[in-house]
Amino acid sequence: MKFKTLALAAMLSVAFTPGTLAERGSSGHVNIIYWQAPSTLNPYLSGGTKELEAASLVLEPLARYDETGSMVPWLAESVPTVENGGVSEDLTSITWKLKPNLKWSDGSDVTSTDVVFTWTYCTHPDGGCAQNEKYNDVKNVEALDDLTVKVIFGVPKPFPYGPFVGAQAPILQAKQFAECMGEKAPECTEANFGPVGTGPFMVKEFRPNDVISFEANQNYRDAAKPAFATATLKGGGDAAAAGRSVLETGEFDYAWNLQLAPDVIKAMEAKGKGKVVAAFGTLVERIIINFTDPDPALGAERATAKHPHPILTDVNVRKALSMAIDRNLLVEIGYGTTGRPTCNVLPAPAIYRSSANDACLTQDIEGAKKLLEDAGWKPGGDGVRVKDGKRLTLLYQTSTNAVRQDFQALIKQWWKEIGVETELRNIDASVFFGSDPGSPDTFQKFFADVEMYANNFDGTDPEAYMSNWSCKQAPRPETQWQGNNMARYCSQEYDGLVAEMASTGDINERARLAKAMNDKLMQDYVILPLVDRGRVSAHSNTLGGVVLNTWDSELWNAADWYREK
Amino acid sequence: MFTYTIRRSLLAVPTLLLISLIIFLLLDLAPSDPTANLPLTIPPEVREQIRQSLGLGDPIHIRYLLWCKQFFINEPLNILEDMFGWQIGGDRLRVLSWQTRSPVVDLIVQRLPQTLWVVGLSYILGILIAVPIGVISAYRQYSWFDQIGTFISMVGFSVPTFFTGVLLIVIFSVWLGWFPSIYDTTHQVTDWSSFMVQVKQMIMPVSVLALYNASQISRFMRASMLDNLTQDYVRTARAKGLREQVVVLVHVLRNSLIPVITVIALGVPQVFGGAIITEQVFKVNGLGQLLIIAIQGGDVPVVQTLTFIFAVLIVLFNLIADILYGVLDPRIRYD
Repeated sequence: MKFKTLALAAMLSVAFTPGTLAERGSSGHVNIIYWQAPSTLNPYLSGGTKELEAASLVLEPLARYDETGSMVPWLAESVPTVENGGVSEDLTSITWKLKPNLKWSDGSDVTSTDVVFTWTYCTHPDGGCAQNEKYNDVKNVEALDDLTVKVIFGVPKPFPYGPFVGAQAPILQAKQFAECMGEKAPECTEANFGPVGTGPFMVKEFRPNDVISFEANQNYRDAAKPAFATATLKGGGDAAAAGRSVLETGEFDYAWNLQLAPDVIKAMEAKGKGKVVAAFGTLVERIIINFTDPDPALGAERATAKHPHPILTDVNVRKALSMAIDRNLLVEIGYGTTGRPTCNVLPAPAIYRSSANDACLTQDIEGAKKLLEDAGWKPGGDGVRVKDGKRLTLLYQTSTNAVRQDFQALIKQWWKEIGVETELRNIDASVFFGSDPGSPDTFQKFFADVEMYANNFDGTDPEAYMSNWSCKQAPRPETQWQGNNMARYCSQEYDGLVAEMASTGDINERARLAKAMNDKLMQDYVILPLVDRGRVSAHSNTLGGVVLNTWDSELWNAADWYREK
Repeated sequence: MFTYTIRRSLLAVPTLLLISLIIFLLLDLAPSDPTANLPLTIPPEVREQIRQSLGLGDPIHIRYLLWCKQFFINEPLNILEDMFGWQIGGDRLRVLSWQTRSPVVDLIVQRLPQTLWVVGLSYILGILIAVPIGVISAYRQYSWFDQIGTFISMVGFSVPTFFTGVLLIVIFSVWLGWFPSIYDTTHQVTDWSSFMVQVKQMIMPVSVLALYNASQISRFMRASMLDNLTQDYVRTARAKGLREQVVVLVHVLRNSLIPVITVIALGVPQVFGGAIITEQVFKVNGLGQLLIIAIQGGDVPVVQTLTFIFAVLIVLFNLIADILYGVLDPRIRYD
């Protein structure tokens, strides 16, 4: 009986205003495990996913994304658009209106001053704010009255939902952080470890890199929520242990991001204590082709646009490399149900997904051989193809990770079949993804012929992501090797599409442009997408209300969680 | 003896300063980046700003001297303030962790109890098990007890803790459901039942580590006993008509303990170093876990401070071991 009421309450409360059937705190205690432990609860001081998600139980943005990737108002009354007048016609300002009677967990009122403060806090030049990019091009943020805030941009913003949207840019309490601006930010340990928020929970005790104890926020805007009176978020260990604690021993209720081999997770779920949930976002495991020559003999001009790559500038070679890969097998071995083969670097949201490149889903070794043969690459005595004295031999680098090394071995084998010799290399993730300009092993320097890693973008708008492959984004010595265009791909046509998208507001037109950019990259074989990687988490059979969301924090709807009896 | 101690202590100061410099240089030269673990969606310009805000823009000698000032001057002053409630000077910048942006010393203080309880207890337990086993094994050399003891200590010594730890979890947590697989660091012991909860959650990590420690020390104990049992003074003692119990437990044991105590003293710093793997397996989240997370996250101030504290402990316990040697064996005089 009790279960029914609770379930009903949970369902009702999603659709309607506050459910009156459930009661705050009636479900007792919930245990959450993150195998990477959160270091702080101030998401502006750490861009890490673990910190953002832990903080999302406490701090909330004006609007966020739901599980389908649509934007939903959170602290704001509604999402401003050009149609409802919230976004100005010239796309240079957006006006948000807060819900009335919002309270911080300390009982004080949430006002537009807090929103303005959050912007000044993050954009302070000495603060080292990790979410600075969210406030790009913001010229000013004004409080029009107690509940209305106007964000003014320096340029027209076709997608004005960067500031104050999503788990990356929540609202801080001005009172608490007033003394923590700029250089002082890291010294406010107490505030950083126990931010006052509007979310369903408030921090009782924070132990950095270990465990966080929460209790229900008595001032939460919905009197019936959260159903849990207290919550623990434990960190540390590894994904296998986290999965075990939910699916096998039942000590924990929710385990985050279980990156485990498909057979391991299946065996755990078979114990019957919990369920595995998966959802897909925009994360794509890909191989990047280097268009420049990484030959060490070139010294300082190594891997720069001055020296085009001797073999990979031939589009037939790049195409053959892609044709030789069996993406279905990669998914089966590496990800199981939590991955899908993909032929696009932009796999989602649905309106941006192109279907023009789906031929890559079928492996075609013979076709690849023929393509190379016709292009003049003839097998030498050792089976490696040669043309004009240049051998098809590649250095293939990636970060150290069991699945990635399996992928390397498989792909090396397939490439060998078409007459391409591959040398494998793996580099520790903290070095590979580090941006130390002094290190020769970073993924930006790309001192190899091909490299593999995964990337995605925040939220649902692909504009910034697709502009990653414009000419000026190429890492090079002049930019201290910073930049996102690892391939050093440079095409006037592509740059034209990027510029066009930056000034287009209409959603359908933007979708057309994004697809065109994706297709251009795919058909030029700049990037060989491999797997569309899903997010996998697990919850116990007694935890209800979990909706896995890859577009925002996984704990985005913790207020709706409840204990099934 | 006293002047020797003073001399050694004074010599330790430049040694430690040199160690701190070497640690700092090693960490600085290693290709690690505190922003490397951030999501790729954070753009490079923002990463650069984060690095600047961490002070990475300053030249290396400035950063080293800053750390020295923070660690050797500011932190001790802070401890004095906390202990006696004094107010010395104004605001002082403490050694701040890059990951948590909080004082490193506070993190260490927070982690110490878990580590001392789990790792320290396992060390004491290991010693208590190892000494009798070593004595009996040596006294009854090649008996079945000795054979089994040798076998167990070989297993304990050679099977890694990440294997024994997970094995115990699978047996006792997953199959039998007796003990929790995840250590609760917030648990407070207030009464008998909460004490039992604490005991339950400590059993597995402590026994894994105790097995490892015991097997190491029992081998030393056995070897040392065997050396002494064949000595002339043992024959003399027996010839004087002393009881076997007195011969073995008073004469032989005392003399054989001398090298073993050195080994034990030198092992103490490891207790403070935590047990990186075991802490990770059981989620004890003590000093070992703090260190490994800091290394992975490129959190130089934490790694620097922790490794330096370990260096201090190693130097200190080396000194203690040397002094104990002199105390236990009157033939050894340093002056």
